[in-house]
Amino acid sequence: MKDMEQGYVTEDGRKIGGVVMEMKNITLRFGGVVAIQDISFDIREGEIRAIIGPNGAGKSSMLNVISGFYVPQEGEVWFHGAKRPKLRPYEVAQQGIARTFQNIALFEGMSVLDNVMTGRLSYMKSGMVAQALWKGKAEAEEVANREVAEKVIDFLEIQHIRKTPVGRLPYGLKKRVELARALAAEPKILLLDEPMAGMNVEEKEDMSRFILDVNDEFGTTICLIEHDMGVVMDLSDRVVVMDYGKKIGDGTPEEVRNNQDVIDAYLGVSND
Amino acid sequence: MPDQFLFATEVFLNGLMAGVLYALVALGFVLIYKASGIFNYAQGVMALFAAMTLVGIMDGQVPFSHLINAIFGTDIHHFGWHVPGLLAILLTAGVMVVFAWLVQRVVMRHLVGQHTIILFMATIGLAYFLEGMSDLMWGSEIKKLDVGLPQGGSLWIEEMTASLGTDNFYGFFIDNLDIVATIVAVLLVIGLVLFSQYTKEGRAMRAVADDHQAALSVGISLNFIWVLVWSVAGFVALVAGIMWGTKSGVQFSLSLIALKALPVLMLGGFTSIPGAIVGGLIIGVGEKMFEFAIGPLVGGATENWFAYVLALLFLVFRPQGLFGDKIIERV
Repeated sequence: MKDMEQGYVTEDGRKIGGVVMEMKNITLRFGGVVAIQDISFDIREGEIRAIIGPNGAGKSSMLNVISGFYVPQEGEVWFHGAKRPKLRPYEVAQQGIARTFQNIALFEGMSVLDNVMTGRLSYMKSGMVAQALWKGKAEAEEVANREVAEKVIDFLEIQHIRKTPVGRLPYGLKKRVELARALAAEPKILLLDEPMAGMNVEEKEDMSRFILDVNDEFGTTICLIEHDMGVVMDLSDRVVVMDYGKKIGDGTPEEVRNNQDVIDAYLGVSND
Repeated sequence: MPDQFLFATEVFLNGLMAGVLYALVALGFVLIYKASGIFNYAQGVMALFAAMTLVGIMDGQVPFSHLINAIFGTDIHHFGWHVPGLLAILLTAGVMVVFAWLVQRVVMRHLVGQHTIILFMATIGLAYFLEGMSDLMWGSEIKKLDVGLPQGGSLWIEEMTASLGTDNFYGFFIDNLDIVATIVAVLLVIGLVLFSQYTKEGRAMRAVADDHQAALSVGISLNFIWVLVWSVAGFVALVAGIMWGTKSGVQFSLSLIALKALPVLMLGGFTSIPGAIVGGLIIGVGEKMFEFAIGPLVGGATENWFAYVLALLFLVFRPQGLFGDKIIERV
């Protein structure tokens, strides 16, 4: 059963662990507008968790709450069994929560490799002088970080553009570089904000494959947002459905697909 | 060797040295521009403030003494001690770090995400504030700065080269201070390049310059990086202040050297550290050589405008400068 504390094994043999992150009664308002209303859900270790909903449902706001960009007025975020205090976005990132953005936020002036290496910044611990002079611990550290970066680059099949400035890349590749940078941080939770937005069918298929492979290969816990229902249903283990800031469904893709509220939200309710 | 050629060489060398001093000022601009996209109008005044503070600390001057005396009717001016040069430089560097922190805390933090013109305006305000502040703290009289750097022509070079020409040629005149400035500038640039290319903080600095959101998402604290950037710029201002202050005295006009840095930046590009150096050297050499070769034909004083005309030409034909990032406009 899926509700066991210890986790479970999926049909395709992946191990899903216990709860890593839990959102408890989150409410987020912008002035009079309620973006998120009293939403609770959890994310388990190793799973692909999707948040879906029509446009304007509050999905991105929810992701921004998890990554610390927004601070909710009410509710608690629990991470690794402890209540998370108010953190700034960079502190959340240092805790091991990496993310991508809907509108891509990359360092356009840097090469792909440099971009991916910024994902390793939190792992650079040696002194400033040692780093500048490439001495002692700094050298070993740099080599190790570089190895991780190269592995991720290989994995996402962007070796051929390693040295290209990101600003020159087409949209689809930029999305992949952004994923690579997030992945290079070896995150405990990887947040993907509309990873397939604006892509054609082929690119969407590529991206889906990468997301599945990342989860499979590195065991990365992934929480993603998408409004394209078809894609999400194939990818995710469990789905949260939001509409107008409220949670209207939560469960496996099949459960969600058969949920009347969800069907109404997506297809509209007839007024007969 | 013909004397004319030797004179030209001497002018060339002196041009290089002058260029190094321009480059030192330009460096401060580049650092802040690279890391925050702000053109820091206050850079020149920061050099003045740093030099004033350095002199003040060395002489054991009481800061704000005029103000204190006016309010309390006292008559204090000096603590009565003298601080050795090196220690005073360290203390001044500390003051510049505090200044950087205050700038971030009081001004820049509230302007995050604003248009760059707003930030530029803020630095203009900062420049006037700092100008008044340095007067208030240390007084406005012209001061002599001597941290123990050698000054005057290098006899050694003069003697070594005297034999090259005829009797009319007395050898190259090269100021010792210029030599020191060159060495310091080279060390500074090597240090800065190592810092920005290889250290975590340097990489974070470049990341912040590029994209704030992305920087936050990889765990970089914007506040910390900005304080760091302003501190480094303050340190560069201190170095420039020491060199220029030793050369021509610490006075208000020191802040105007910033104007000389503008053409340097236009030549070298606002975003390139090597660009600032090469730009400085080109302006320095060009200015001196032009004066030497063309000056007599047009009645001299070409040094006053040569740099700006050169910069203007660059603006027309290569607006991003020699080393600046290419300006690509996608439509």
